[in-house]
Amino acid sequence: MAQFRVCPDSGFYFDKSAESLMKANAVAGAVSLLIAGILGLGVILTRWQGVHLLPADTFYQVLTGHGINALIFWIIFFEMAILYFASSTLLRTRIAAPRWAWAGFALMIIGMVMNNIAVLQGNSSVMMTSYAPMQAAPHFYLGLILFAVGALIGCFVFLGTLVIARDDRTYEGSIPLVTFGALTACIIAIFTIACGAIILVPTFLWSIGYIGHIDAAMYRVIWWGLGHSSQQINVAAHVSVWYLIIGVLFNARPMSEKVSRSAFLLYILFLQLASAHHILVDPGISSEWKVFNTSYAMYLAVLASMIHGLTIPGSMEVAQRAKGYTKGMFEWLRKAPWDNPVFSGFFFALIIFGFIGGITGVVMGTEQINIIIHNTIYVPAHFHATVAVGTTLTFMALTYLLIPVLFRRALFLPWMAKWQPYVFSAGMTLMILFQLGAGTLGVSRRHWDMDFTGAMLSFEYPGTAYTLMAVAGVGGVLGVLGGAMYLIVTVGSLLFGKKLDESAGLFQGFGVPLAPSSYNVSQPERLPMAPKLAVEEHGSGGFEAPGTFALAMALLVCFVVYYFINWDYLASVWPLS
Amino acid sequence: MSQEDDLPRPERIPFFQRVLENPFLLLFIGIVMPTVFYVLWGVMEVATIPVAP
Repeated sequence: MAQFRVCPDSGFYFDKSAESLMKANAVAGAVSLLIAGILGLGVILTRWQGVHLLPADTFYQVLTGHGINALIFWIIFFEMAILYFASSTLLRTRIAAPRWAWAGFALMIIGMVMNNIAVLQGNSSVMMTSYAPMQAAPHFYLGLILFAVGALIGCFVFLGTLVIARDDRTYEGSIPLVTFGALTACIIAIFTIACGAIILVPTFLWSIGYIGHIDAAMYRVIWWGLGHSSQQINVAAHVSVWYLIIGVLFNARPMSEKVSRSAFLLYILFLQLASAHHILVDPGISSEWKVFNTSYAMYLAVLASMIHGLTIPGSMEVAQRAKGYTKGMFEWLRKAPWDNPVFSGFFFALIIFGFIGGITGVVMGTEQINIIIHNTIYVPAHFHATVAVGTTLTFMALTYLLIPVLFRRALFLPWMAKWQPYVFSAGMTLMILFQLGAGTLGVSRRHWDMDFTGAMLSFEYPGTAYTLMAVAGVGGVLGVLGGAMYLIVTVGSLLFGKKLDESAGLFQGFGVPLAPSSYNVSQPERLPMAPKLAVEEHGSGGFEAPGTFALAMALLVCFVVYYFINWDYLASVWPLS
Repeated sequence: MSQEDDLPRPERIPFFQRVLENPFLLLFIGIVMPTVFYVLWGVMEVATIPVAP
């Protein structure tokens, strides 16, 4: 019985069950993003001291909901969609155990709703980290546990689909690089979820009275195996999506598959260890543990990101130059499709992730200079560069690619889609840069009132810090506006977008399959092995991409200058002679 | 010369490529590395902190 359809525009094959799962997960992710965005507006308008919108208790409640919906629910729902796409669609195979995949999705939905209810009830304002001995309501933890179990099922469905594809020989040679990147994300996700189970199950039992005590230091170490590694799933996933986007838009091939796969292997080996930088100022943990996990292991993961950061725009440059865009250093970039939100979203995400998220991440991961900015607003600024722009904007760009291909609808308000990546990245960059400045001046993260009104121990920030936070507030509002534009375009496309398939009705946008006649392929043709690249054959393609090399050198200079500026800051606050 | 010698030999897959093409080996490595160096080592560090008298 035929269960595949082929997209007439892209040539992608969609298994009927996998297609429905992708749609359902992507829509659930978008709902989470909507909640996160609304709550994020409350957070930024409170941190903007001139507005100071919310009272203290509501602020912490809203901050908790914003963090969990943005960093956990939105991201992981969307990543499940990517896992099913990277396995079933890219390998042209049926999905393994679709009923288990739906059961996993149901658990994730139940977990998300349960956790949000706990936060809305107001007795679980413990923020995303939920550090013990702060205690939330039992269903706060139970919701997270159910969500994690559902995601774990999704990971095993992905692995099962790889096995089916290999056994059915649906592809020649190795799995595609994008699928390999998704496998990396899946492996990191399994470690992440295991850490979550190790710490959240006893914490849940503690919340219902079965366990008397949770050690605060132990909680922090294991929780960050969940908290930070969950963001490393994002890195592997969005880097994979970058390779997909340059392949689809430019027909670009990686400059070296071997090097790119080796970089993903470095992620598998070392990326999760970077969780340790959250523990850098914790007493009781040795410097050996801190330095090995951050300054040694983490740098190998950073090396992997730098490889991807070079090879992805480099591959795009090689493809553009092959089309004749060879004038000067940057014609390949100037002539890129800047009107296409798939490209602009991807490229802004790449630049902001690398230049801001990457450089600040290394500063935060260095034990000595971490102390300058530890627990300041610098930290949220960093992870908004990596997650809110790097990952979220990449997923937004991918959505614009998938709406016609997967949902079979034309984009609604294409002019808005065109401008959305510009508005979102401009707003977020403004917010991030000014929060980085405020963090360097010592402005605390997660703090309701910079004025310390009525506090027994007060502190007076310099006036500049207030200005920086105000400008960051303007940027944050602009970023929320950009997020709203994304949701208007995506939801509008599913409801009002021109149908590209006659049966792409309302319910088909939310997971219901298209008409049976659309699925007219019993088994797609085997995915052929791509021909070897001439450059890779000879191993001498130096300066094939001079523009990218210049960008990489600019990144290096920015990094070196900023890194040593931070050592100078450290010398000024901690004078040693 | 036998007929078997005339057949093209299948290309030998390098060891590193075989590692990269085994998702379950990668899963094993990807779990063991952080479990040993981050979780177990970190838990030992916390567990060996002396209790205040």
